[in-house]
Amino acid sequence: MLATMTRDAPPMIAYTAVDKSFDGGRIKAVDGVSLAVARGELLAIVGGSGSGKTTLLRLANRLIEADAGRVEIEGEDVQAADPIALRRRIGTVFQAGALFPHLSVAGNIGITPKLLGWPRDAIAARVDELLDLVRLDRAQHRSRFPHELSGGQRQRVGVARALAAKPAIVLMDEPFGALDPLTRDALGEDFRALHQRLQLTTVLITHDITEALLLADRIAVMHKGRLLEQGTPAEVSRSTEPYVAELLQTPRRQAQRLGALLPQDGAA
Amino acid sequence: MSLFADPRWRDAFANLPDYLGAHVRVSLAALALGLAISLPLAILARHRPVLRGALLSFAGIVQTIPGLALLALFYPLLLALAALSLSAFGVGFSAFGFLPAVLALALYSMLPVLRNTITGLDAVDPALVEAAQGVGMTQRQVLTMVELPLALPVIMAGIRTAAVWVIGTATLSTPIGQTSLGNYIFAGLQTQNWVLVLFGCAAAALLALAVDQLLALIERGLRLRSRVRAALGGLGLAALIAATLLPSLAGARSTYVIGAKTFTEQYVLAALLEQRLAAAGLSATTRAGLGSSVIYDALKSSDIDAYVDYSGTLWANQFKHPGLATRDQVLADLKQDLAKDGVTLLGEIGFANAYALVMPRAKAEAQGIRSIADLAARAPSMTIAGDYEFFSRPEWANLRKAYGLAFKTERQMQPDFMYAAVASGEVDIIAGYTSDGLIAKYDLVVLDDPRQAIPPYDAVLLLSPKHAGDAKLRDALKPLPGRIDIEAMRAANLQAGSGSTPDAVARALWEKVKPR
Repeated sequence: MLATMTRDAPPMIAYTAVDKSFDGGRIKAVDGVSLAVARGELLAIVGGSGSGKTTLLRLANRLIEADAGRVEIEGEDVQAADPIALRRRIGTVFQAGALFPHLSVAGNIGITPKLLGWPRDAIAARVDELLDLVRLDRAQHRSRFPHELSGGQRQRVGVARALAAKPAIVLMDEPFGALDPLTRDALGEDFRALHQRLQLTTVLITHDITEALLLADRIAVMHKGRLLEQGTPAEVSRSTEPYVAELLQTPRRQAQRLGALLPQDGAA
Repeated sequence: MSLFADPRWRDAFANLPDYLGAHVRVSLAALALGLAISLPLAILARHRPVLRGALLSFAGIVQTIPGLALLALFYPLLLALAALSLSAFGVGFSAFGFLPAVLALALYSMLPVLRNTITGLDAVDPALVEAAQGVGMTQRQVLTMVELPLALPVIMAGIRTAAVWVIGTATLSTPIGQTSLGNYIFAGLQTQNWVLVLFGCAAAALLALAVDQLLALIERGLRLRSRVRAALGGLGLAALIAATLLPSLAGARSTYVIGAKTFTEQYVLAALLEQRLAAAGLSATTRAGLGSSVIYDALKSSDIDAYVDYSGTLWANQFKHPGLATRDQVLADLKQDLAKDGVTLLGEIGFANAYALVMPRAKAEAQGIRSIADLAARAPSMTIAGDYEFFSRPEWANLRKAYGLAFKTERQMQPDFMYAAVASGEVDIIAGYTSDGLIAKYDLVVLDDPRQAIPPYDAVLLLSPKHAGDAKLRDALKPLPGRIDIEAMRAANLQAGSGSTPDAVARALWEKVKPR
């Protein structure tokens, strides 16, 4: 579907044979990974802890530098880019929100525009716009502090903060991991809608294959620093990789049981 | 009579604006300087393990130096620096009082600020630092917009500790010439005026407590992100500083400064000098409780203008003349030495306050000891007590050499406690002062010094180089020399040591000896 539309355009994010190791080479976090993310695509990178998925994400906005290989954003080698400017034009949603506890909701959302030197009223207007976008009541939430919000609200603010400076690319690091299943589902759906509406290019890191299947256009599976498989959910489901098959077991079993427990006609 | 009807309270309160103002001023300056150094250093050292370790251990070592020693060390250091700067740039500065106190106290304040700043910054959640980088902050912005605000409550706690330490330790800056609430404590200790000691302790403690609580309010305000609390604390602090500083700033600056060392007689003589100046219509203040080695240098650099010293002390300690000399020789040498420094010797007061070996009369008679020579044979089984400087003074070396003295134990004591100690038999003999009134009070006897091992200690009145040609000052003090004999001084010292204020004692003394 979307993939066919964008396949010919240059990729928004491109990793080419990227290596990254830690601890003086003892831990190989990313091992020869090549991966492209097309414009408008929502790519989910799936893997367990220590699979290198978060490292891969951090390489994109130079929170980490690659040992070897190339990382390009919109066709430009990130090594040639000013890392600060790069991060200001890429939105990032962090695990559990990572909101600044000493700043209000408005202060958190408006941080990147503030760093970019936007005028005060433009920031205020943008904050209100974003609160609407992530479906938080403006008046009620604007001047609250992070500790006064629920987990779901906090992550909505985290999404709003990432979108504040109108980035074309959004990186999400296990954004919904710490939330209860209902909140998580609602937030995922809301974000998917935003992604489409704002024509974003999104990379979403998750350890949950079900979440990836439900939200992403394409899925990349990482294991021990290597990229095992990538493709649409349908393509990935045909993978011959034992690890991928193992990952897919859980959603398959759940789908079967849910199908049996909740027959279509019973719901009508 | 109730405790509060004691007239000494009134005296104490009269000095409060001056002492408190000076105390707050020196503490505030020290704290500001300490923060200005420690905060950037902490930030700089945070990610540099070697520097960080070196800095924290340096500050830790400074902390283990007793406050009094640290303050005392800064005096000669600055004196040398001032001399250096004078010869190199032609500009000198006063190494006395404020400057050494501020520097030493600033050094003292460093450890808690350094430690808490580093700890506070280390405790910031790394995920938040990454988020700060992720939203596009520069290294500096991460520090100022995220790390420092988040570490602020911990840093404030460090500042609180530093403030309390500095305010407490500032009481020890009195001996190096900085007026502080310590003036009460040192003066009280010397004149056995416990009301004064208590008053000084309470004032310093209350000040520290008030500052601590106000800083705590700010700290809580920061922690709870309550602007009201933080502002309230800040306002309270500003009000406290203004209230303590303004009265002392408003006070008229005195023209003359009288110095006094750390014992009773000196407090009485300083009060007497001040009264003589006042009688001549000259305004004067007293810097009391100055260390014996500090006071002459302070006079030489005109930080104080007049004080009474003792010929033998200056001759042996300040000008380092070796061996022994007659009274006239000492005075002649001294006049020459003082003239070289531009210091005026206005005259001898009339009494001598020499060190003397002193023991209970009954014991001396029972053992047939009349002179130090008689003592030598019994010394190996005896304990001797002296003040803090006696055993390192040349007189002691002379005494031991001249008589072959070797005691079983040498103990150092607060001078006013020595007499009671020897009277009660806790020690066998003390190195007392000939003019001390306690000799008569405890029925002690001064042992003869047939070999004249202890040089003469005539009390001499000295004037600073700045006022060498000051006719008004000379005229005001001229009636003093030659008027006070040893009996009059002993009586005055005894009175001052038993609860009367130096001021009252000096007044009574003058009534007795003034020219008629």
